[in-house]
Amino acid sequence: MSQSSQLWANPVWTNLDQIFVLLQHWVEGFFPVWLQPAVGTVLGVIAIVAAFPGIFALTTVLERKGLGRMQNRLGPNRVGPFGILQPVADGIKSLTKEDIVPLTADGVVHFLAPVVLVIAVFLGFAVLPVGRNMVLTNLDAGLLFFFAIGASTELSVFMAGWSSRNKYSLLGAMRAVAQMISYEVPLLLSSVVAVMITGSLSTVKIVEAQSGFTGIFPHWYVFTPWGFAGFVLFVIAALAETNRSPFDLPEGESELVAGYFTEYSGFKFALFFLGEYLGMFSIAGFAITLFLGGWGAPLSVLEIIPSWAWFFAKLLCAIFFFIWLRGTLPRLRQDQLMNFAWKFMLPMSLLNLLVAGAWRFLGDGWLRWIVCSAVLLLAYGLLGRVLMRHQRLGARSYRYAD
Amino acid sequence: MLGEGILKGLGETAKNFAGSFVSKERLTTVQYPEERVAPIENTRDFPFLVYDGDDKMAGLRCVACQICEKECPPKCIYIVKSTDKKPDYVGKPQIYPARFDIDISVCMSCQICVEVCPFEAIKMDTEFELSTTDRFGGLLFDRDHLSKSNEHYHKIHPTEASEVDARLAEEKAKAEAKAKAAAEAAAAKAAAAATAPTAKPVPAKEPGA
Repeated sequence: MSQSSQLWANPVWTNLDQIFVLLQHWVEGFFPVWLQPAVGTVLGVIAIVAAFPGIFALTTVLERKGLGRMQNRLGPNRVGPFGILQPVADGIKSLTKEDIVPLTADGVVHFLAPVVLVIAVFLGFAVLPVGRNMVLTNLDAGLLFFFAIGASTELSVFMAGWSSRNKYSLLGAMRAVAQMISYEVPLLLSSVVAVMITGSLSTVKIVEAQSGFTGIFPHWYVFTPWGFAGFVLFVIAALAETNRSPFDLPEGESELVAGYFTEYSGFKFALFFLGEYLGMFSIAGFAITLFLGGWGAPLSVLEIIPSWAWFFAKLLCAIFFFIWLRGTLPRLRQDQLMNFAWKFMLPMSLLNLLVAGAWRFLGDGWLRWIVCSAVLLLAYGLLGRVLMRHQRLGARSYRYAD
Repeated sequence: MLGEGILKGLGETAKNFAGSFVSKERLTTVQYPEERVAPIENTRDFPFLVYDGDDKMAGLRCVACQICEKECPPKCIYIVKSTDKKPDYVGKPQIYPARFDIDISVCMSCQICVEVCPFEAIKMDTEFELSTTDRFGGLLFDRDHLSKSNEHYHKIHPTEASEVDARLAEEKAKAEAKAKAAAEAAAAKAAAAATAPTAKPVPAKEPGA
């Protein structure tokens, strides 16, 4: 802590760490006092609306390049140096494309679905702390707000599927809703452990609770048995929640064309695309907030780097991990998806709640480390064995087709 | 153990990701407009007309028999016969196509025209950079556009072209031998006819005598 206080005494570092906050206050200074809170909020909204779609543009090209590298290709390299201007070309293309609404579609709902998705996803960023003192609104129930808003993306998905009046759209939407509702349960339960230990639903408080250091190592929740298990469960559920590979069944090309956005083209399609990626960023941001110490530095000596830089660095790492998984794993089958949610994720996250409780009441010392780790590992091993036992891996046998 | 396979898979993709930056041999794709891979010999896309020699029109093998036009499944060939004749490769006077159009926007590259052609006149090309800004006129190839030399054919399909050349040479030799035999027979006949009048007048004279 002594190092932090030294840093706080250094005005250059303080200004760098708080540069965006200072910028906000400086702009606010041009307005009358009664208008200042509103101006500050608008500035924060502008920053969020500019920053995250910017990361989205960067992600689209990095994802394509990364996936290409994993398949021993170069990826896009035509537009601009090394293809970095590809998102500009993509944006112009989607803006100039014809916007087709099917004749029998429900026009109003068809139009509203992507709008609702993007709005809901943007609202989630309101409670995400992206740096020290950098959160749009510090709600007491921030986490609850995020999950409530996140659940409304299901509505937009179903609006899209239903209003298109297309069997592929509807089937895709049904799959998406079934999947999102199933994984919402373990997603919530796995994040509850962080709330239990912190004793607050406020995202800012959760980050602050992890901001200390023992020696040079940080107090991130992921470095505890229950935190590690919670983090892994949260990431798996987050992948399913955002329809990312390997849980991208709702848009399985081979059977559903493009799932619920089959009938979308032009900029509405781009909005869906944007909404999906922003959803991924916000849920990755919450995984960072809950388990990876938010904007905290990974080692006390690295605290010299501003807090917001740490948050975005962690976010980019999380995005890379998602891309890496997409390049590795094949798509699951619907029954595998559901089995995994209800037979593995749910029992594990429930058990993790008990483990977190035990951790809290076993007191300091090595005993709680052993007990909690042993319980979780044992449960993981047993569940894995039970789940694997029923799988008859091998040549497929056909009852009638032989 | 549950999840072992996932870790193994992640390791594999990580190896590929890192490896693609290190070794160029890993990269399996070719940067197309700058780099090109020579097409394999059996490549085919759209038909072209073969001509021998230097003159496109004089050396055209097609005799406008219209078999390909009739056999074409999507009906993309349009032929107009000429009213006059020109000599073919063996020297026999033949009709030639006054018009020969192929609409490659309709053509399905089935090669049936090539298989039915008795004159080895139509073959499959390998040219694939055919994009155009005019989707009607730009994709309707006329006789002049379709005619390509036998050397071009040798270049794109060497084995097949040599076989065709051997077959044509054989036929030509046969035709020449036949012509020679016919000429000889004609000469013999003529000679016989020439000798006959000398013999004939003798008996002819006899009655008069």
